Amino acid sequence: MDIVIETRKLSKDYMRDENPVAALKNVDLQVAGGEFLALMGPSGSGKSTLLHLIAAMDRPTSGEVLVLEQDLRSLNNRQLARWRNAHIGFVFQAFNLIPVLTALENVMLPLKLTGLDAKEQLEHARTGLQLVGLGDRLNHFPRQLSGGQEQRVAIARAIVTDPDFILADEPTGNLDAASANDVLTILAALNNEQGKTILLVTHDPHAAHYAKTTRYLEKGVLLPEGQAPQDWMAAPPPMPTSSATSAVTE
Amino acid sequence: MTVPFSYNIRNLVVRKTTTLMTAMGIALSVAILVASLALVNGLRTVFANTANPLQLLVLRKGSHAELGSTVPTEDFAIVRSKPGIAADRSGQPLTSQELVNVANLPSLDNPKGMNITVRGLSPVGIEMRKVRLVAGRWFQPGQREVVVGEAVAHRYPSARIAHRIRFGKGDWKIVGVMDGGQSALNSEIWGDFNQISAEYNQQDSSSSVLLRATDPVSLDALKHSIEDDPRLNASTITESDYYHGQTASGAPLEFLGILVSVIMAIGSAFATTNIMYAAVARRAKEIGTLKTLGFSDGSILLSFLSESVLLAALAGVLGCLIALPLNWVTTGVGSMVSFSEIAFRFHVSIAALFSGIIFAVVLGAVGGALPARAAAKKEILSALREA
Repeated sequence: MDIVIETRKLSKDYMRDENPVAALKNVDLQVAGGEFLALMGPSGSGKSTLLHLIAAMDRPTSGEVLVLEQDLRSLNNRQLARWRNAHIGFVFQAFNLIPVLTALENVMLPLKLTGLDAKEQLEHARTGLQLVGLGDRLNHFPRQLSGGQEQRVAIARAIVTDPDFILADEPTGNLDAASANDVLTILAALNNEQGKTILLVTHDPHAAHYAKTTRYLEKGVLLPEGQAPQDWMAAPPPMPTSSATSAVTE
Repeated sequence: MTVPFSYNIRNLVVRKTTTLMTAMGIALSVAILVASLALVNGLRTVFANTANPLQLLVLRKGSHAELGSTVPTEDFAIVRSKPGIAADRSGQPLTSQELVNVANLPSLDNPKGMNITVRGLSPVGIEMRKVRLVAGRWFQPGQREVVVGEAVAHRYPSARIAHRIRFGKGDWKIVGVMDGGQSALNSEIWGDFNQISAEYNQQDSSSSVLLRATDPVSLDALKHSIEDDPRLNASTITESDYYHGQTASGAPLEFLGILVSVIMAIGSAFATTNIMYAAVARRAKEIGTLKTLGFSDGSILLSFLSESVLLAALAGVLGCLIALPLNWVTTGVGSMVSFSEIAFRFHVSIAALFSGIIFAVVLGAVGGALPARAAAKKEILSALREA
């Protein structure tokens, strides 16, 4: 498999009371196309920071991020915005739907930046929502949906532009167990059936079981493959399901 | 591409109370501006409708108004004989010797009384104006009778038909009401020239002479002929210029109106800025999300600026609606030329409404610029962590 995401000596410092605090330290990571990688670690280990740098939502203090062989440092803010729209589907922990827009309009948002006409945008968004089992909730506003349904709308929004990667930052953090399983099953199905490359940030070992590979971060350092922090608890395996839509229980 | 406009519209609807409060502030500024413009438009309409472009007013040299002018009767005879004057149906030159004074009439608004122009003129003077009788009859020569303009009859309870009003040396009976359209003539009281001249002991002179030229070329020639005639101590002014000059009577009110609306607009712009800053702060997470989805800084700026402009434009429409009923309101201003009241109706023109909406849009753009810039400049991660 080709390497589609690569970080080289990636570091990120934050300033706290005028003192630099290292969030990431010389991270070298390679992600192959079609991979479903879980990044795990305790709070403050730097996993979300790494995800944000890969998504070009932040700039590194030093090191390189190469995505699809493109060095993101060479792009200005406007180019980065376009790049995110074209290549990244991002799923937030708190769903981050726009409250005044319906499910369909939320999913259509990233399509506004594509060359698709209004009719095509509508069709794509409808298909995206059907794919996550919300074909009957098109005109519902976020406040009319459950947390699990909101996250599924967010996943539909993340995949509607057919991005190269899906980056999910604690996508089950705000969900109950059943909804979390639905969401993780959809992500797994997107990886298995559509070959989407997925980076999942989580501190939940149960969620990480849905990924093909798990890497651990500890205090900003990416641990070698197969190595977990000491005393890291094991988790039960996920409930098996085969497709995104069939996984949805609601 | 920009953020969908429905995002902005629905956000305005969601925070309807603050939207309405801000909009009301802007709407009042716009309403005052439109009212000021409508006032001047009304005055302009009145004076434009009063004048006939072929008519020339002859005054004493140095006089700028009929009230302070004296034209001897022998001068009238000289003026009347000039070539280039149009003739009436009987072949007589269209020239009218007129005497102007003021009467003080109490009104409901002003019990102490307001000055009203009294004009003494002959039948040819009536013929030279676009007036029609709407009630009663015309005054009879040699009688203490007058006809009042519709605005006078409407605004002054004592000036109704069959009533008597007092000016000069005694009472005058109102025998008719005339309609001069939207003109200053509606604010006048007319009586027989000889009768009114005698009332003010001015039998040998008049205040002015009104004449009508056959065509624009003759008008110009007449002007020069009268002003250059060594027998006459007279100046001339076209009727159009004479009444156009009186539009300045509304200038202080216009200035005051515009000043108030600008002061209010500054306050409204600050209010808009505050509201939009609050909106940016409240929607920081949405801004971060939109940027994550790929919307550029420019799109975010345009989105928030559009929202501010949309709010202001809606407020502008509201302000215009508030000002619109003025179209049916008649008021009066004291003319600094005739020292009497000119009644007129506010004229809320399309141009005034358009100016009001443009004013609101500019106000929205100015008020929304800084918050929109702040929204655009937000870093994605710090925006996502806010709220």
